[in-house]
Amino acid sequence: MAEGNGTNGSGGDGAGGAGDNGAKKSPVATLVEGAKAVQTQATEEIKALKNIDKTDVWKSVLRVKHDETPRSRALGVLSNVFLHLHPAKINRDAVAYNYTWGMGGMTFYVYITLVFTGTLLMFYYHPSKVVAFRDILYLEHDVPFGKLLRNMHRWGAHLMVIMVELHMFRVFLTGSYKKPREFNWVVGVILLVLTLLLSFTGYLLPDDQLGFWAVTVGTNMARATPLLGHDGPFGHQLGMTPFNDVRFGLLGGSIVDSNALLRAYIWHCVAIPIIASAFMVVHFWRVRKDGGISGPAPVQLETEMKEPRKL
Amino acid sequence: MDLHQLWTIISLPDNVPIVLLMFVVPFYTWYALRQAFANDRLIGELEANPALAKTHHRKTQPWKPGWAKEVHVWPFLLRIEFLAAIIVTLILMIWSITLNAPLEEPSNPTLTMNPSKAPWYFLGLQEMLVYFDPWIAGVVMPSLIIVGLMVIPYIDSNPLGNGYYTFKQRKSAILTFIFGFIVLWVTMIVIGTLIRGPGWMWFWPGTTWDHNRLEFAVNRDLPDIFGIKGRVAKIIFGAVVCGLYGAVAGWFIHKLIAGRSLMIGKWKLIKEQPFNQRIFKRMSLLQYAVMQTFLIIMLALPIKILARLLFRIKYVWVTPWFNV
Repeated sequence: MAEGNGTNGSGGDGAGGAGDNGAKKSPVATLVEGAKAVQTQATEEIKALKNIDKTDVWKSVLRVKHDETPRSRALGVLSNVFLHLHPAKINRDAVAYNYTWGMGGMTFYVYITLVFTGTLLMFYYHPSKVVAFRDILYLEHDVPFGKLLRNMHRWGAHLMVIMVELHMFRVFLTGSYKKPREFNWVVGVILLVLTLLLSFTGYLLPDDQLGFWAVTVGTNMARATPLLGHDGPFGHQLGMTPFNDVRFGLLGGSIVDSNALLRAYIWHCVAIPIIASAFMVVHFWRVRKDGGISGPAPVQLETEMKEPRKL
Repeated sequence: MDLHQLWTIISLPDNVPIVLLMFVVPFYTWYALRQAFANDRLIGELEANPALAKTHHRKTQPWKPGWAKEVHVWPFLLRIEFLAAIIVTLILMIWSITLNAPLEEPSNPTLTMNPSKAPWYFLGLQEMLVYFDPWIAGVVMPSLIIVGLMVIPYIDSNPLGNGYYTFKQRKSAILTFIFGFIVLWVTMIVIGTLIRGPGWMWFWPGTTWDHNRLEFAVNRDLPDIFGIKGRVAKIIFGAVVCGLYGAVAGWFIHKLIAGRSLMIGKWKLIKEQPFNQRIFKRMSLLQYAVMQTFLIIMLALPIKILARLLFRIKYVWVTPWFNV
C-alpha cells in the first residue's frame, strides 16, 4: 500500500542505526526494538484499512467516491460499465411499477439467465443424432442440478416470450412508439421475431418426439413459400424441388435429420444470440438517445394539438 | 364432463404458459385501462377548465411544488431493478423445481404424434392452417404480421397519447391493437392449445379426446355453392368476390378512419367521430393506403374463420396456382 511506504522507510533507518551501535546494545534488544517498530507500523496500517475506501486499491477499482453527495451518486451510475446505460436521473413517476410494468428490463434479465443456463447446458450436450437424446437423459438423471438447469432454461424461454409480448403491449398502450421513438419500435419488432426464432430453434435440440414433430410441422410451412418453396404458388414453375428450395436450406436436407439438428444448434447457440445481442445493443442505445423512457409524460389536450407541417 | 381430460390438458407442463397467459393478459389489460381511464378523467377536467390546464402538473400521480421532477437512478431505480431480478429469479427457480420440462420419447419419423402441435407461441399460425393454405398461414400471414407491426409508428398520425395511458385520445388505435393481440393472437393460441385435439379436431374443454372420432364435415368451395363449373369462370368469380370484399371492407374501414357516419337505411351503423376527422386530415395518401391494406387483410381473417366454421366454405378463390 502506497501510504505505508513512508513509514516503512523511516523504520529501516532506525534498524540501520541500531546496527551501528551494536556494541552498546545486545543483539536481542535490537531485535525486540525492531520488532516493536514493525508491530506499531502494522497496527497503524491495519487501522488505516478500516477506512477501506481510502486505500489505493479501492480507489483504483471504483475510480470515484461513493459518498452521499448527488455528484457521487450520478458518477456511481455513469462511470460504471454495467450501469452506464442508465441516465443519472430519471422522471420521478417512472420508477413506479404501474407505468412500465418492468417488462423490458425483466426480459433482458431473463435473456441473461438463458445465456447463463444455456452455456452450462452446452457443456453436456452434443448436437448429434446419435447422442443428443441420451445427453438429455444424462442431464436429467446424472448431472448435478442438471434437471434444474434444463427446467430453468425451458421455462425461462417461455417466460421471455410472454414478457416480450407484454412489453410490446405496454409500449403500444402508452403510445411510446410515437415520435421520436418510431425506429426503436421497429428494432423491437425484430427482437420479438428473434426471440420466437431462438425459442423455436431450441425446441428441436432434445431430439424427442415433441420437438421433432413441432419442427416438422413448422418447416413444412416453408415448403409452401411462394416462389421459393416446392409446394408454394409458382414454386414448381420456377424449378423448385424438395432438394433445392428454402426448406432444404433451413434443414440442410429434405427431412428433419442430423443436419437439421446441427443447424438448429448453431442458429440457437451462436448465430441468433449474436444477432439478437446486436439488436439489443441498438434497442437500449436508442432508448437513451431518444430521450430516455417515454413517460409518464404530462397529458396533452386535444385543443393543443398542432396542425402538422405540410411537406 | 371429462374432468380428467381437462386436467391432463391444463396440467401439461408446456401448456402452463398458456394458462398463465389467460390470467396475465386480462390482468395487464385491466391494469392499463384503469390508468387510461384515470388519465381520461384528468384530460376531461383540464379541457373543461383552461385556467387549471395552465397550472396543473398534468399527471394523475401526486405532485407538490418544491418536489424535484427527477430522482437519482442510484438508489431509486437500481434498487427496484435489483429487487425485480431477485423476484424473477425466485419465480423461475420455484417454477423449475416444481415442474419438469417435457421430454417425450426419442424422435421417431415413422411414428406421427397426434395431435402434433407447434410450440405454443406458434399455435395461432398453426390454427390458421385450418382456414388457409400453408403458403398463406405459414409464410404470407407471419410476414404481414411482422411488417404490419413495424409500420404502426409510421401510419399512426395521431400525435396525442405519447407517453401516457389514455383511451379517449386513441380509441381506434387501442381497439385495433386489442383486436389483433387479444382477439386474434391470444385467442387463437388458446384454441390451438386447449381445444384442438387428435386430428386437429375441435374438442370443447371437458370432452374426451377420442382418437377414433370421425368428423363428417363437407367443406365446399364458394364457386361450387354457386354452381360455377368452368376453371376460368371460377378464377373470375373468385377474383370478383375477393375484389368485392376488398371494396366493401375498404369502404367500411374508410368511414371509421375518416370519422364519418355510416347509415344503412334508417340505422346508424357508425357514429360520426370529429376527433377521427381531425386525425384523418393529418394523414398522407401513402399512410392511408398502407393502413387500409393492412386493415382489410386483418379483417379478412375472422371473416374467413367464420365462413369456415359457420358455412363450411373451404376456398373462395380457386385457381390452378393458388387457392384463397
